[in-house]
Amino acid sequence: MKTEAMERSAAGTADDGKAYGGINGLDGINDPNGSSGPDGKRDDGRKEISGTRGEVVLRVEGLCASYRNNRVLEDVGFEIRRGTLTAIVGPNGAGKSTLLRAMLDLHPRLAGSVRMFGRPYREGKARVGYVPQRSSVDWDFPTDALDVVMMGLYGQIGWLRRPRRAHRERALRALERMGLAGVARRQISQLSGGQQQRVFLARALVQDADLYFLDEPLAGVDAATERAIMDLLKTLRDEGKTVLVVHHDLQTVEDYFDHVLFLNRTVIAHGGTKEVFNRENLARTYGGTLRWLGGGAG
Amino acid sequence: MSGWIDGLLSLSQNARWVLFSSMLLGMASGLIGCLAYWKRHSLMSDALAHAALPGVIIGFALLGQKNLTAMTLGAAASALLGGWLIQAIRSSGRIKEDTAMGLVLSIFFGFGIMLLALVNRLPGGGQSGLDSFIFGQAAAMVRSDVIIMSAVAIGVVLLVAVGFKEWKLLLFDPSFARGVGLPVRLLDTVYMAALVVVIVVGIQAVGVVLMAALLILPGLSARYWTRSFGGMLAVSALFGGAAGALGTLASTMGRGWPTGPFIVLAASALFAVSLLFGLRKGLVPALAASGMRVRREVVGDATGEGGRGKRQ
Repeated sequence: MKTEAMERSAAGTADDGKAYGGINGLDGINDPNGSSGPDGKRDDGRKEISGTRGEVVLRVEGLCASYRNNRVLEDVGFEIRRGTLTAIVGPNGAGKSTLLRAMLDLHPRLAGSVRMFGRPYREGKARVGYVPQRSSVDWDFPTDALDVVMMGLYGQIGWLRRPRRAHRERALRALERMGLAGVARRQISQLSGGQQQRVFLARALVQDADLYFLDEPLAGVDAATERAIMDLLKTLRDEGKTVLVVHHDLQTVEDYFDHVLFLNRTVIAHGGTKEVFNRENLARTYGGTLRWLGGGAG
Repeated sequence: MSGWIDGLLSLSQNARWVLFSSMLLGMASGLIGCLAYWKRHSLMSDALAHAALPGVIIGFALLGQKNLTAMTLGAAASALLGGWLIQAIRSSGRIKEDTAMGLVLSIFFGFGIMLLALVNRLPGGGQSGLDSFIFGQAAAMVRSDVIIMSAVAIGVVLLVAVGFKEWKLLLFDPSFARGVGLPVRLLDTVYMAALVVVIVVGIQAVGVVLMAALLILPGLSARYWTRSFGGMLAVSALFGGAAGALGTLASTMGRGWPTGPFIVLAASALFAVSLLFGLRKGLVPALAASGMRVRREVVGDATGEGGRGKRQ
């Protein structure tokens, strides 16, 4: 399973490289540090880190967005390199989910550009996977776990076609990988919160994307699910995929993620966890509202 | 039972066509109603049906006679105007969607009733039969209505069947649907158009007041019988068709009885049966199984099942 996914991913990258290699190359060479934020000091730290990583797969520049007539995102800019596992952290109302949705054309952008693999999202959807918040759907919907996972393949199946045995087997393998083989045919309303979240992960997994966006995948799940999800995300990263996670639990950031993006309406700091996850950036992001219990950083 | 069959056999050719088209209408409503149910558009469908009334009357008044094409177009136009107003009021910020729907529903309906009173005072207006659009009068349908209704029903069945898995994804998780490349906005528009068309052709038989019930009840009843979305659609179409046919049949037993209330009563009866005896969530099967469940919960608590909730 793993090797197969890696092969497919490698092949996909090679194909895309032919079609879009020039653009990708330019992205990497000409502008390795293009997303300079309002604070010049951070850029030095980031240059060091980004130099050790793969090509830029996601570039956001000058992104602004409103939510109910309130400006929640102001001039957001950053770059994400291939093979990284990044946490987006920030206080409630910092615009984390809105940022994710704005990057995926699910929320209107007032300004700014978002490029994935060197082109707009709508031209490369097949390479991008999205795991919405579990609470964003109605789990009373009459369907079973396998059927939900199969939805990740609808883009490949196409109009007027029914899923075939091969699709069903791929969905089953993804469920197995999330430890859910036993509940494939269970109604989704009968699943626990952790199982529902893993069904969403399995659905993203069958998409076999190169860049994943996850909105609070660890919110309200049990410890076993948290472990299963983090194992999967780390495996995906090690396979050369890129993962962005909206994350709320500051205690686990250092254990789980190799990069952190501090967000509060704009990018406060961004870089390797070791370099930027410290008291100063936490205080700047969360202001006085933070009561951070960890003592390791800072 | 035999009385019903005798009644059916004694029906004229025209009455049989009316019965047939009511059944088709019920099926189309049951299918579109399922989509509306998961779109959380149950109240929206009620608002759209009520909002159609002024258009019907205006369509009549403009031509001065009962021209079904003009009245149908008028109904569609004013229903769409109502739907657009709901969107506009909601996105203006301060007013919430349910308030916007309540507002549009009552204002359009009140306006329609006022127009109706005016038109009924015109010479010849009293015999216009416009009153039948409020509670429905299937017997007033003529052959061309039957043809239109059949076409609409077939169109809706095809629409739902062709995009079955796409509708399912769109209704379950629209954000993800956009991610896999579904034309979400186009599908939303197609759904809205189908909903308005079903409402507009349905109000002649069921009436603007009760049309929403024929959209909501079959899908709701179907939920008690099935575990899959496809099953829900099939059962809902079945119940909707049955309610349309049974209600129309019952209304033929008295002179001038309106069809809408009987169709809705038939749909309600099917809902009551589903609520009580439905295999999925019906009260009686649930009661029968509850003894087992109590035992299991006690065991679950003992093994520390309750501790899991605390983590959240």
